[in-house]
Amino acid sequence: MAARTPAVTMPEFEPLLPELTDLNRAYWEGLAAGEVRLQRCRRCGAYQYPPESFCYHCPGTELAWEAVRGHGEVYSFIVVHQRYHPAFGEHLPYVVATVQLDEGPRMLGAMFEQPASISIGMRVRPRIERVTEDRAALFFAPEEG
Amino acid sequence: MVRLKDLSQRYCIVGVGNTAYGMNPGVSQLAHNVLAIRGALEDAGLEASDLDGVLTKAPTSTFPMLWAPRVAEALRVVPRVTGTLDQAGASNIGLIQYAISAIELGQAEMIAISYGDNPRTGTRASYARPRGDDALAGLFGAPSSYAMIARRHMHEYGTTHEQLGNVAITHRHHASMNPNAQYQDSITMEDYAHSRWVAEPFHLLDCCPVSDGGAAYVVTTEARARSLRTAPVYIEGLGQGHPAWDFYRRGELATSGAKVSGEVAFRSAGLGPTEIDFCEIYDCFTIVPLITLEEYGFCAKGEGGAFYEGSRTQVGGELPCNTSGGLLSETGMPGTQLVVEAVRQLRGECGPRQVAGAEVGLVSQQGGIMTTHATMILSTGGA
Repeated sequence: MAARTPAVTMPEFEPLLPELTDLNRAYWEGLAAGEVRLQRCRRCGAYQYPPESFCYHCPGTELAWEAVRGHGEVYSFIVVHQRYHPAFGEHLPYVVATVQLDEGPRMLGAMFEQPASISIGMRVRPRIERVTEDRAALFFAPEEG
Repeated sequence: MVRLKDLSQRYCIVGVGNTAYGMNPGVSQLAHNVLAIRGALEDAGLEASDLDGVLTKAPTSTFPMLWAPRVAEALRVVPRVTGTLDQAGASNIGLIQYAISAIELGQAEMIAISYGDNPRTGTRASYARPRGDDALAGLFGAPSSYAMIARRHMHEYGTTHEQLGNVAITHRHHASMNPNAQYQDSITMEDYAHSRWVAEPFHLLDCCPVSDGGAAYVVTTEARARSLRTAPVYIEGLGQGHPAWDFYRRGELATSGAKVSGEVAFRSAGLGPTEIDFCEIYDCFTIVPLITLEEYGFCAKGEGGAFYEGSRTQVGGELPCNTSGGLLSETGMPGTQLVVEAVRQLRGECGPRQVAGAEVGLVSQQGGIMTTHATMILSTGGA
């Protein structure tokens, strides 16, 4: 039973999962399926995040969801020591990176490696962890290793 | 280029007031606004009945609707002009711009502007709330976002922890000469470096405290100002400039709206950085004054850290900054107090922290994560 569902690895983040809406559903369903999906404008081809019903770059209003590699580069990062939320308690201190995705958008993402191993300019890849049986969340990890 | 209206010698700040900064149990948000405005009226020798405008910056901790009308009601004023501006910290100057517009249009002549909040003893939930879907990224609270900016500035320009520490130490030194400051004990570089990490690269002493407090000022015409008991302080120049986008999506993170708002304010005043005697800069975090001074052109881009070394920015130095202790040490209240301090400096009321011969002062205000920015240049009017 539930053999096809990957194991829940990070249940502590369940309280932080946003509610699904018409706008964000495809993004979260993508993560649950193990992939990063971004909206792409059918008119100008630009990828965008967060999702909207219009393109941020051109007058286009037709957007399609596409699975992307979601790799990128650390533009800046911090190391959080303060216990702001219990979900992150056992991960302290943890890194929050501003990631410049190769596809264009910038995203924020937590990284759970040794903070000293993180630097601006380093290449990162998506790290998708299952939070509940049917929801997953996006973090980042170094491309190497 | 757009022609700017010459403001000089036409509009004045005639009264300033504030409540006690720090921890004030039992003093409501409303009371901080009312008592600060009453203080400003008393300072100018005015009565509440003299006001025909009441403008507020909304309390950060709860952001109530229709706030300025409530403050007016509590003052027993029925204003001709009222409202609340949503530019976060930049509203402290944006509201002055609104007041001048109302005066220009003939709608009002004596306008009180206030901010008061009690996040220290009341609710402060809004200060550490997760940023929507970004909560899963682990980003909570303003220090984290500003730390992201600081890291980028350190990366691009080689800014050091010691240089950030100089900002905290300098502003605390000024607060030690300010009996109303929340923190008056001097700090050393060792204290700074040993204060706990909040979000690297920020130590605790890189961050302003969460404080209760209120501050207010009264704006009017030069003609009305001349008949009042205090020396008028003249509004010489105003400017705004807003990066606007969420911080992590901005092309260049180690910049701010001070560049544009400063250019406009300097141009409208017909003055330049060399004519400024002191600055009061929104210093919610240590990185901000460095970036702000760079963007204004007081030093080259990337040299803000070096600018703060030595005693240049201390009272007695070439460009004293945050003479009351600023947000970092006087009170973490979002910026209204900086206008109050600039006015008191120009009136020569600041005792041991007085900038000798202060004739022209600059106030820098910003809101959000350097999302909004406004600049005001004030003078004694050559008196």
